[in-house]
Amino acid sequence: MDNVCRTPLYEKHLQHQAKMINFQGWLLPLQYNRINQEVQETRRRAALFDVTHMGRLSIEGESALDFLQSIVTANLDRLIDRQAVYTLICREDGGTLDDILLYRFQAHQYLIITNAANTVRVYDWLNSKRTRNVQIFNHSSAQAQLALQGPQSQQLLEVLSRRSLSDLPRFRFQPELSIQGIRCLVSRTGYTGEDGFELICRADQASSLWDRLVPASGGSPPPVFPAGLGARDILRIEAGFPLYGSELDEGITPLEAGLAKFVDLKEKIPPFYGREALLQQKRRGLTRKLWGLIMQDRGIPRPGYPVRNDEGEIGHITSGCYSPTLDQSIAMAFLNPQQAWKGREVAVEMRGARKTAQLVTLPFYRRG
Amino acid sequence: MKWLIPEDRQYTDEHEWLKVDEKEDTRIVGITDFAQDKLGDVVFIELPASGQAVSLGQSLAVVESVKAVVDVYSPVTGEIVRVNQELTEKPELLNEDPYGKGWIAAIKIGDPNQTAELLTAQDYADLLSDIEKEDI
Repeated sequence: MDNVCRTPLYEKHLQHQAKMINFQGWLLPLQYNRINQEVQETRRRAALFDVTHMGRLSIEGESALDFLQSIVTANLDRLIDRQAVYTLICREDGGTLDDILLYRFQAHQYLIITNAANTVRVYDWLNSKRTRNVQIFNHSSAQAQLALQGPQSQQLLEVLSRRSLSDLPRFRFQPELSIQGIRCLVSRTGYTGEDGFELICRADQASSLWDRLVPASGGSPPPVFPAGLGARDILRIEAGFPLYGSELDEGITPLEAGLAKFVDLKEKIPPFYGREALLQQKRRGLTRKLWGLIMQDRGIPRPGYPVRNDEGEIGHITSGCYSPTLDQSIAMAFLNPQQAWKGREVAVEMRGARKTAQLVTLPFYRRG
Repeated sequence: MKWLIPEDRQYTDEHEWLKVDEKEDTRIVGITDFAQDKLGDVVFIELPASGQAVSLGQSLAVVESVKAVVDVYSPVTGEIVRVNQELTEKPELLNEDPYGKGWIAAIKIGDPNQTAELLTAQDYADLLSDIEKEDI
C-alpha cells in the first residue's frame, strides 16, 4: 500500500480496536464493533464518525458567487449566510464530477466539502474554470472533520458547548463554535438520514476534540461510541443517499441518479456547466434511472448483480446491504425506466439463483 | 495470535473446525474465529437439511455477511444428523461464539480415518501466522 493517508485520529481508531481498511487511499475504520450495532446506535442514540478524508476547499473573492453559479447545479441566489446546500458539480456533458456540500459564509466566501477521491479533480476543475477575482484554497490536510449523528446529537453537543443549538436548523452552520475550548465549524448536516452535526476543526486539535466527545468511560454526558465506514454505508443506503463511485460518476448524470430536485434547470446567470446537456437529456428521456429494491427473499444484492424481469435484464445493482433498521435486505439499482415502476416485482440474480425483490421509491428510511 | 484456536478439535485450511460429538463417529462442524473475523457481521445463513448425505468438499452451508457471501464446504463425507437451527434466527452467533453456540452441523462419518489428515490446533495456528505474514 503506497501513499496511504492517515487522519490525525488514526491512533485513536487503533486504541478503540478498529478494523482499518483502505478507502479511496485513506486508512479508515471499517468498524470498531459489530457494524449492525453501530448502525442501531446511530439510529437510536448517537455515534461519532471520522470523516476527515472528505476534501475541504474554500472559494473566496468578489466574483465567488457568480463563479460558483457556473459550477454547481443549485441556484445559489436563495442561499443565505451560514446556510449549506447539497449540490452537484457536472461536466459540460452532464456527467457528475462530484456531489458536494456547499457552505455560504457570506456573499464572497464559501466552503465546499468534496468526496475524498475527488478532491484533487474538483480543485483542478475549479481552477480550470476560475474567473477573475476568485481564489481557491485546499484546506483538506490542515483540518479534521467529525460527524456526530443520531437523535441525541443535539443534547450531547449542547452539554459540551454549553450553548443551546435549537437555533441551528437543518443545513445551517455556526462558523466558530467553541466546544470546550476547541474552535469548530458546526453544521447541522450529515450522511446518515438522522439528525446530526458535522464538526470541522484544526487537524492538530482533532485528538482533543475526539477525547471530549468519546470520554474513556462513563460520566455525563454518557460516552458516544465511534462508528466506522461499514455503518456509514448502511446508514446512507437506508437514507437513499448516493455514494460517488457507486450511484454517481463521470458517466452518470444527476438526473439518472434520481437527484433532479437538486438540479435547477431554470435559467440562471451564468448557467452551470452541464445545464444544456441535462436539458437535452430531460427532453429526450432517461435510458436508466436509480431505483430502490427491497428483497422479498434472503440474500444481499451486491454491486453488479443483474436485475431481471420475465423478458430479460433490465439493469444492475449499484449498492446493497442488509438493513438492520428494516430487518430486510435493500439495494439501489440502475434500471430501464420503461421496465420499472413502484411496487413491481423483479428478480435479482444472485450467484445463479433468482431472488424476488420489489421496486420502491427512495429513501428506504425516513427519521420519525 | 489474536484469534482463538481451541485445542480440543481439528481444523481445515478452509477455516473450518471439527470436534468429536458425544458419539465417537459424529463430528460437529463450524467455522473458525479467524473465518468469522474476516467475514464480519453475519446476517444470513442457509443450512442443510438434517438427514441429508454430504460428501467431502460439497457445500454444507452458505454464510452471508455484510461483506461477502461464502460457502462452507464439508470437511468430511457422511450424513448430517443435526443442524443448528438457532442460526437461522440468530446468525450473529457465528460471530459471537464460533466454537460454541455458532456450530453449524453434526455429521456422522462412516470412516473415522478420513479425519486423520486434518490439521491440529498447532498446525492451524501456524497456518494463520503464515497468512498474517502474507498480509504484511
